[in-house]
Amino acid sequence: MSQTLLDTTPEGTENEEQPLLQIRNLEVSFQTQRGLVPAVRGVDLTLYAGQTLAIVGESGSGKTTTAQSIIDLLPGPGKVTGGQILFEGRDLTTLNAKEIQAVRGNLIGYVPQDPMSNLNPVWNIGFQVEEAIKANNVAQGKEARARTIQVLKEAGLSDAQDRLKQYPHQFSGGMRQRVLIGIGLSARPKLLIADEPTSALDVTVQRQILDHLGTLTRDYGTSVLFITHDLGLAAERAEQLVVMYKGRVVESGPSQEILANPQHPYTQRLVSAAPSLASRRIQSAKHAGAGDPEIFGEGSLDDTLIARAAERENAAPVKDLISVRDISKVYRIRTKGLHTNELRAVDGVSFGIQKGTTTALVGESGSGKSTVAKLILQLESITTGAIEFDGQDVAGLKGKELLKFRRRVQPVFQDPYGSLDPQYNVGNTIAEPLLAHGVGTPKERQERVKELLEQVSLPWASRFRYPSELSGGQRQRIAIARALALKPDVLVLDEAVSALDVLVQGQVLNLLTELQTELGLTYLFITHDLAVVRLVADNVCVMQKGRIVEAASTDEVFENPKQSYTQELLAAIPGGNFQFGR
Amino acid sequence: MPNKPGQAHFVAELEDTPVAAVDRLDENEKARSTWADAWDSMRRRPTFWVSAVLILLIVVVALFPTLFTQVDPRQCTLGNSNGDPTAGHPFGFNRQGCDVYSRTIWGTQASLTVGLLAASIVTLFGIIVGALAGYYGGWLDAVVSRIGDIFFAIPTVLGAIVLMSVLPTATPITVAFVLSVFAWPQIARIMRGAVLSASNSDYVMASTALGVSKFRILLRHVVPNAIAPVIVIATVSLGTFIVAEATLSFLGIGLPPSVMSWGNDIGTAQTSIVTSPQVLLYPAAALSITVLAFLMLGDILRDALDPTARATR
Repeated sequence: MSQTLLDTTPEGTENEEQPLLQIRNLEVSFQTQRGLVPAVRGVDLTLYAGQTLAIVGESGSGKTTTAQSIIDLLPGPGKVTGGQILFEGRDLTTLNAKEIQAVRGNLIGYVPQDPMSNLNPVWNIGFQVEEAIKANNVAQGKEARARTIQVLKEAGLSDAQDRLKQYPHQFSGGMRQRVLIGIGLSARPKLLIADEPTSALDVTVQRQILDHLGTLTRDYGTSVLFITHDLGLAAERAEQLVVMYKGRVVESGPSQEILANPQHPYTQRLVSAAPSLASRRIQSAKHAGAGDPEIFGEGSLDDTLIARAAERENAAPVKDLISVRDISKVYRIRTKGLHTNELRAVDGVSFGIQKGTTTALVGESGSGKSTVAKLILQLESITTGAIEFDGQDVAGLKGKELLKFRRRVQPVFQDPYGSLDPQYNVGNTIAEPLLAHGVGTPKERQERVKELLEQVSLPWASRFRYPSELSGGQRQRIAIARALALKPDVLVLDEAVSALDVLVQGQVLNLLTELQTELGLTYLFITHDLAVVRLVADNVCVMQKGRIVEAASTDEVFENPKQSYTQELLAAIPGGNFQFGR
Repeated sequence: MPNKPGQAHFVAELEDTPVAAVDRLDENEKARSTWADAWDSMRRRPTFWVSAVLILLIVVVALFPTLFTQVDPRQCTLGNSNGDPTAGHPFGFNRQGCDVYSRTIWGTQASLTVGLLAASIVTLFGIIVGALAGYYGGWLDAVVSRIGDIFFAIPTVLGAIVLMSVLPTATPITVAFVLSVFAWPQIARIMRGAVLSASNSDYVMASTALGVSKFRILLRHVVPNAIAPVIVIATVSLGTFIVAEATLSFLGIGLPPSVMSWGNDIGTAQTSIVTSPQVLLYPAAALSITVLAFLMLGDILRDALDPTARATR
């Protein structure tokens, strides 16, 4: 992209380059039952032609609302209550419905967040792309069909011709996102708004898609407004950063500068907590001999965790608490007619977990990692192989024996919004396992709940709350407290921090590490995020297509990955081209 | 590195953007359950109060008819046949010379009994059957669903005509029972669907892994989360049962003429509708208002329990 910089010219001079998009003092509010609630408060933002700008923030920070207000896509009760959105000098907030429609798609393209729900499942892909092309008056009739194929080819679907008649469910998540990007760029807009375009995708797919998006927009000279919660990703893909917090811009400017020298305390926190960055920092610290972690402030995520990891590595080896030997899980899937196909979700997996350690099971979606968790938890039966826990074969345990096993091995699931019963308050939720196993008197149970709430640093007053009133991180802490209620030996954490904002994720990871040292817990940590693995795990098993392709200590995997798949995964962690401690 | 105008490194004033502790819980907020939230959203709607007051009034009328009229509805003077309203008899007289106002008041009891009773039986039975079928699945589900389909296929009025003619006596209780026989599959179906989706949720899996027994999960987690749509339908169906009773009585196969009900009065009013319409008008109006009150309440309940279904205003 062109870098003709005109910095010194004072405002208002003739030869000044006009910004493509300029947001001035934008205010957006939502009408609710309890009155007008401000969501975006006084946001300023400037984007020039050909640039990429990323808005970074946690959920609820107003980043998506800001983007939606640009093309008037705010959901029902949302209203722009103040400020200007200047696009090529025209204020978009003053346009009527018809005028904004002409801007949408033609001048400003949009790539939505969730590729799974943003394509209509009852229409084929060709129809949907063609519809967008016709609506934006790019081409009509026969030409539109030809253009559709061209758009899909550009989006990276090489066999576009044959795929026109296929339906969204026949496409993978990555391919759907390619289609959406194709639609967004079909009219060659001047600006593309990409709202978390890859959050729902695997890291390697994410990398491919973002690389492709980068190439396309560079070729067309399209500006990109990129919305993400991942600071590492933002810094890697955008030259300009806008950090939002509670509806306000707390810091903005060139991304290299912000990352190297974060000024606002919130940005500093974000920089020190982002696992992708922390992982890179560990890497660069190791290679430089001695890095300078002090710059990121005290108690940043990696310091404490590295210290603990080192401590644990020095401990003497002990016998495996859980040993998984050659387990397989076969699902029968009905295909056409009465034929059934076998799907080997888990295929000959073996590994062992030592007491008091953390073993991470890493893989992309469909790799079979969650199935392994369910097999170990006895939520599904194994097809072949054996799982031993503390010297006892657990396959096919029934009745009392199974109950005993469940007391010692407890799960924490991925989705903190789904794994807590919405009708149960916090106190009852945490007390449930105690009640189910008939532990203690009501008074003892209450004491235990109090103790557990303390352990996960939630106030005693929170016992009357309901899940809907808690944040994702708080819910996940409740889920952890519930899992700890019976004083188990093992926690199976299935993507337990994946759905959380980075700061909250860091907090929960710290909590888990503290609890591990305090209570001597053993963790099986299932995740797709290698960056997180680096921070918490002692050993790593990398899974691909139901098999373990690489298993070693965390250091070994990161320092010297043997399999090309592992190398690919490692390379896909965002934030790779950044220098720290300079 | 030089920057373009408007893109210099900007840092917000710390006073304007204070950073709160990560993920802190506001201890001052009041705890809110789903039901408390539903109540909160209901009591903000004027229609809720209108329907609540109406229903309360109807219940009071049904329980204590003597509070509203001193006139004996069975004391009829033929001389007053189809007579116009007079002092003390504001709605006039019917063909037999009975006081219409008094009969409308006294008729509330039977109509409401049938509605309440039928709705309770259907709801209870439907919830149990639907929950078991949806939760345990397999052959139980297959059998229950097919039986439900059979009853579903029979038109309620037609089935009731046959069944009522077989039964020796007709009282509000038997009418309610007969109506329930043909109405439970609707509730059972809704409950089954709700239970199916609730039992696939993560919190059920979490509870299983925690060691909670299967039946306990059904009682403590699945049913409470699946019951909201059933409550809504039950409220609405209460109104339709009252209509169904009136229909049967009108056709002469519901409650016997000795029992005072709106349906019976509407039925007997046929003969004199042209000469004195008030005889039909008042019991019909009472019936409409009652049904309307329950339908309104059902609508408000649905909005409160499932905010996503609410039409955007």
